This record gives sequence, C-alpha cells and structure tokens, in this order.
Amino acid sequence: MVRRIHAHGVETYPHECCGALLGHDGEGSREVIDLLPLANRRDDSPRNRFEVTPDDVRLAEKTAREKKLELIGWYHSHPDAPARPSEYDRDHAWPWYSYIIVSVQKGEPRDTTSWRLHDDRAAYDAEEIETVGHS
Amino acid sequence: MAVKVIIPTPLRAYAGKQESVEVQAATVGEALAALTGKFAELKKHLYADDGRLRSFVNVYVNDEDIRYLQKDQTAVKAGDTISIVPSIAGGARD
Repeated sequence: MVRRIHAHGVETYPHECCGALLGHDGEGSREVIDLLPLANRRDDSPRNRFEVTPDDVRLAEKTAREKKLELIGWYHSHPDAPARPSEYDRDHAWPWYSYIIVSVQKGEPRDTTSWRLHDDRAAYDAEEIETVGHS
Repeated sequence: MAVKVIIPTPLRAYAGKQESVEVQAATVGEALAALTGKFAELKKHLYADDGRLRSFVNVYVNDEDIRYLQKDQTAVKAGDTISIVPSIAGGARD
C-alpha cells in the first residue's frame, strides 16, 4: 500500500498527489486495505497544496461502503518538503482521520509518516506505520 | 420544527457517537447552533476563531450546498436533512 502511495506521489511530482485510505478502524490500530487515488483540485497551487472536494469525499465514502470498508483517512505528498504536517495541514485537518504524508524529493519517494490531529486541534500525534506483505 | 443533522464520521466522537442528531430549528444557522449547544466540543471543529464556518466544512440541505442557497439563513422545514460533509485540504508549506 505504501508503494502505491509512493507511485502516486512520483506520478504527480512536482505536484502534490492525494487520495483516500480505505480499511478498518480497530482498537488502537488501523489497517489500510485499499486506496482511492483522487485528483488534486488545487489547480492554482498544486505544488504545495492539495484539496479533495466534498463530492470526492462522498465518492470515497461510497467506494468504502461498496467494498465493506471504512474511510479511515487520507494521503498526500509533500514534493521537495519533509513528510511532516505543515501548519496549513494542521489548520485544515479533521480529527479522527489518519493523514499519511509521503515526502517526494526530486521525484523520488522518501519518508512516509502518518498523523492524527489532537482533539483540541493544537497538534498531531504520529502514528507508527507497519507494512504487511508485498502490497 | 424537527430536522435531522447528519454528522460526518470524524466528528461523531464529539456528538455522542451518533450518525445523526435531531434538532429543532427554522434555519440552518439555528440548527447548527442547536447542535453545538447540545455538543459543545463540535464547535471548534466546525467554526474558526472568527465565528465563521471553517472553509473545509460544507453544509447541505437535502443535497443542496447552502453556499448556493441563503447560507446559514437557509430555511429548513420539518423532515429536512442537513448534512455536514468534509472537504480535505493541506499542503507542504505554511
């Protein structure tokens, strides 16, 4: 799954890629089973911004339901920038969702991190990523 | 009159884990005020510090975006459904 996110980030480089994480929300951990790559709707500034429209959010929810999965979060790339949430990311984040960020440096995927917003919106918690199998 | 407000998954934890909440209201603004009156923790996720709805919070009345209606003054009647739908945004640099 991480490889697919990397491939998407490389494909759209130097623009940000984005997509939905579909899977299961368990006790203390989450499993990403499938991805729904989406178009970055920020045509005005795609190198350092991404946007998923409410229609695309609804599409992601519908896709998850059809696959008997949950929409558990989102991924996006940071072209030539670190894989940590920016202030802009924090300001625009929703609680509960997992946000995976991949850093793509000069067209090559580097670090991949996952984050969840605190209840008070003040900061993020890092989530450990464990890759399973060859997906 | 009673209207149903659909709560998006990321906010359900702040709304008693409910998928929808019924409130008494005549406008969308009243409905959201009733909702955040009932569940105060929702407020910071729906509204920015200036008291306006956050830009990535989208509100629909029976599938019509209130930005194309009368915004928070949009009238609602009994049986209407108000949906709060996220849009997702972010990006590398501040």
